[in-house]
Amino acid sequence: MRRTMAKASFYTASNLLFFALVSTALLAWTYELTRETIQQSIEREKLKLIAQIAPPATYDNDIMKDTVQLAADDLLGSDDTTIAYIGRLEGQPSIAVIHAVAPDGYARINLIVAVHHDGTISGVRVVSHKETPGLGDYIEIARSDWITGFNGASLENRKSSEWKVKKDGGTFDYRAGATITPRAIVKAVHKALQYYARHRDELFAAGSPSSSGESAQSAVEGAKQEVVKEKK
Amino acid sequence: MTIREIRDIFYNGLWKQDAGIVQLLGLCPLLAVSSSVVNALSLGLATTLVITLSNTGVAAIREFISNEARIPIYILMIAVLVTVVQLLMNAYMYALYLVLGIFIPLIVTNCIILARAESFASKNGIFASALDGIAMGLGLTAVLVVLGGIREIFGQGTLLSGIDLALGEATKSWIITVIPDYRGFLLAILPPGAFITLGMLIAAKNWLNLRAKRKVHGENATITPIEGGCSTAH
Repeated sequence: MRRTMAKASFYTASNLLFFALVSTALLAWTYELTRETIQQSIEREKLKLIAQIAPPATYDNDIMKDTVQLAADDLLGSDDTTIAYIGRLEGQPSIAVIHAVAPDGYARINLIVAVHHDGTISGVRVVSHKETPGLGDYIEIARSDWITGFNGASLENRKSSEWKVKKDGGTFDYRAGATITPRAIVKAVHKALQYYARHRDELFAAGSPSSSGESAQSAVEGAKQEVVKEKK
Repeated sequence: MTIREIRDIFYNGLWKQDAGIVQLLGLCPLLAVSSSVVNALSLGLATTLVITLSNTGVAAIREFISNEARIPIYILMIAVLVTVVQLLMNAYMYALYLVLGIFIPLIVTNCIILARAESFASKNGIFASALDGIAMGLGLTAVLVVLGGIREIFGQGTLLSGIDLALGEATKSWIITVIPDYRGFLLAILPPGAFITLGMLIAAKNWLNLRAKRKVHGENATITPIEGGCSTAH
């Protein structure tokens, strides 16, 4: 009796184990298969969005190639290196597009924030999110213009206490039924501006308009690492 | 399979055992989303796709799995399936993914999929299970679209708003303004509106059933409030 029970449990356990292994393998394989294609479509989508928030009149360099790699930072919400796009007009720094992550949405919300050199926001866009359709998805520019509410905001014209949704006493709109989503985004954009204020000179130091590329990038990387060390 | 069996599967899926207004399974995410026709249709079609695939998968492996471990294995299968569908769509059908993509993860939480795996696919062949998935999915889609339509008219005064996001800029002219200069009615858009509307749909279906029954059995015939129902729902 005991023996057959043990046998049955063993059968059940190995059955579960087998399906767990097969499923994991299938998932891993699909992930590997699709990763690159997905990354490419996200990048393509991002470039389209960058064109929307960094007006062509504000820069005359090749903004897609004048890039800086930013190390992971709490203020950006990132846990991996991200790319910032730098715009210059007649050699003078004019606009920076940085990637920020809002970690406290339903899932991570990926944003790009375009900031004029003086620290005012030119525009914000959501690159990817998993908010509830019909409730939290008004953050997409395709669905509503809510996200344009950030245009023109800066650390100077809004106090720290005003960087909140109206429900919490701040100055940013939200829609009934979904407050967590805008709250997360307002917080992430606020932090991204703080990051910009702290690191502005490094962002634009990457090189003269003509010299972008590896050496300039690694110089910034070096500078950034020093900053990180100092913080510690 | 005989024609009769196939007909029964579709009759069950689309009317008698309809997932939306009879079985009432896993409705919370669906109700939250059905605030417009386009959203409702998108979610309905995504669910139909997943339920058909999961039914087929469960029917294919039902002979090999241990009875005690079947539920965790179904859950595992459904979760993997949904994730794989999401990844493949994201990679190879990006335009479609932008429309349906956010709906797909919601489907994992929908227990209608697990209910069909347990109550139908685990006892029937691959072909019948696939058909059952399609029928159940379409039944749910129909309810969602009606629900979405009613909520959209009362909530925003329009029909088919957002269709340009699904089918391209050219279809923007399809949007119908049912009530011009409508100020909007928030209750219809929020989840309570969904529950109230759904309740009325269920009442309407029961009324139709009762009327049909009285025609056959005379004026004193009655029906149980929710006819049918699904054993796994209790």
